[in-house]
Amino acid sequence: MSSAASEMTATGAPNRSGGMVFLKAFAGLFLRDLRVLTRELGPFLLRVGMQPLLFLFVFTFVMPHMSSGNPMAGGAGTSFGTILLPGLMAVAIMFSGIAAVALPLSTEFGITREIDDRVMCPVPVAAVAIEKICFSAMQSIIGALMVIPMAIWIPAKPVYPEIQNWLLFALVLVMSSLLAGALGLTIGASVNPKQIGLVFSIIVVPITFLGCVYYPWAGLKQMVWLQYGVLFNPIVYMSEGLRAAVTPSVEHMPVWAILLALTFFLGILGSLGVRAFLRRVIS
Amino acid sequence: MRGISPDAAEIPLPIPMNSYIVEIKALKKVYEGKQRVVALDGIDLEVRQGEIFGLLGPNGAGKTTTIGICTTRTLPTSGTVTINGIDVVAHPARARQFIGVVPQFNTLDRSLTIYENLYFHCRYFGMPHSEAKSRSNALLAQFLLSERGKAYPAQLSGGMAQRVQIARAIAHRPLVLFLDEPSAGLDPQSRIAMWEAVEGLRKEGITVVLTTHYMEEADALSDRVGIVDRGRMLALGTPQVLKDTHGARTVIDLKLRNIDGADSIAEKMKVLAGVDGAERIPEGVRVFAGNVDGLLPELIQVCSPLGLRDISIAEPSLETVFIHLTGRDLRE
Ligand SMILES: Nc1ncnc2c1ncn2[C@@H]1O[C@H](COP(=O)(O)OP(=O)(O)OP(=O)(O)O)[C@@H](O)[C@H]1O
Ligand SMILES: [Mg+2]
Repeated sequence: MSSAASEMTATGAPNRSGGMVFLKAFAGLFLRDLRVLTRELGPFLLRVGMQPLLFLFVFTFVMPHMSSGNPMAGGAGTSFGTILLPGLMAVAIMFSGIAAVALPLSTEFGITREIDDRVMCPVPVAAVAIEKICFSAMQSIIGALMVIPMAIWIPAKPVYPEIQNWLLFALVLVMSSLLAGALGLTIGASVNPKQIGLVFSIIVVPITFLGCVYYPWAGLKQMVWLQYGVLFNPIVYMSEGLRAAVTPSVEHMPVWAILLALTFFLGILGSLGVRAFLRRVIS
Repeated sequence: MRGISPDAAEIPLPIPMNSYIVEIKALKKVYEGKQRVVALDGIDLEVRQGEIFGLLGPNGAGKTTTIGICTTRTLPTSGTVTINGIDVVAHPARARQFIGVVPQFNTLDRSLTIYENLYFHCRYFGMPHSEAKSRSNALLAQFLLSERGKAYPAQLSGGMAQRVQIARAIAHRPLVLFLDEPSAGLDPQSRIAMWEAVEGLRKEGITVVLTTHYMEEADALSDRVGIVDRGRMLALGTPQVLKDTHGARTVIDLKLRNIDGADSIAEKMKVLAGVDGAERIPEGVRVFAGNVDGLLPELIQVCSPLGLRDISIAEPSLETVFIHLTGRDLRE
């Protein structure tokens, strides 16, 4: 079998060995996704932008302008904005991840089996799955970055990011985005298209609400059962990580714990997702 | 009549081993599950470089499963497949460089135009932009699709979509192209266009393995045909050899009103001149005849006491070969 490489040229086919094959195929897959995305740039921006836009508008603009009797009003409004900024970035990352992988994958796996041609690439099938995670991560990063200008312009009192450690920011942003893509891959490859809406309401929405998005983890001190319960939720580390990087003045988990947990969940969901993908395309 | 009968063996050719582009050895596939299905029950096959090979068999014979394993999409339970000497289970990614596939169903990328379907396929296989572009345009021209480059797959007719799928499958210049039921669902005109496209591949030196349950298609297109049924290869050879050894006989089905006496009628028919054999079928009698001249009136006369309801005649073809081998119709 080791003579296969020499046979390739012997049969007249161009020499197609080497690690470049992998990179080129990966780039091809990425370009394909990019092409599809640019064709739907408007819907994409609306999809990732709408939720943080409305959240900021209602909670940091409308509420603070309301008269007395509102718990969010007064001094609380602005600091809530500061808490909300990293949280909304985490939400944007999550939802882009799901929308970028889970939804298209579940149709591509469906009756049309559009994924077939990509699965036949001359690279291990896992690479096709990993490309999906990476492409989704790119969208998540764009989604998260879009929240920053919104937080400056929309609230009654602008919320500025206070990034001190850019390396930490980049690390948390990229890891969270990959994590969201891995979650999207797991969902998209293991759930059938009919149930994707259900999965949204029973998994995605709950883990978002219980993901320390709208409150810092430290704020759960009074409810120890909840504070420890949510540690199983990967979203917690996305929002806490972004809190540590974007608004370090707000109390947050220790950075080492955040990075450790992000790595852990990325490993778990990544391998789950890739395995689910393989199960779907190899029988 | 199970297994490859010795007289159906291929004509031995003095070709060294490595000129087999596809080599299948003792291939088995069992789908475990609530219901255990033995899809392939020991298939052996060698496909030579440059030939067009047809796998002919009824629904559920195991054709798609065979192609699935050859194209790295299905894992065999046991046995081996090599493509250009590369084991598809051990090195699937490497093997895929040499494989082109047109699956049984339209799997064109719905989010891309026809041109882009070809272009990105080329990119997946490592071609740089300019080469992918010129290759895609050349393929559009070759398959008479130039005007449809900007259309989306949903806007194409079944025949056009099938041509795009073939174009896409050979875009990276594979050594062997697998076509699963290429003419399923095509109108006769598109089917002929598809046949021409496949014939054209021969000139490019691409080996083709196709599956079909249309015997005319297997006959018209293939250099050699393998007849599969229930996961086994029943016969293998050129269409002519198969017809000569198994089915150079006309099959005449006589449906009777009163089938109680059919057995004795079959016995009577066996001794008629020109009749090679006769057997009971549920609705009457089936006669295998070498020479039909003058036979029909005699058959009708023999049947007349029981009342002849219907008579159907199948000329020698791969269809009669199949009936001979399995006792069933391809369509059953
Ligand atoms: N994923 C699967 N799980 C269980 N059984 C399967 C699976 N795929 C195929 N089979 C069974 O294996 C057998 C062979 O199927 P296969 O698709 O290979 O037949 P085929 O010759 O391609 O038939 P057709 O002409 O209908 O396409 C059938 O009995 C089928 O039901
Ligand atoms: Mg089939």
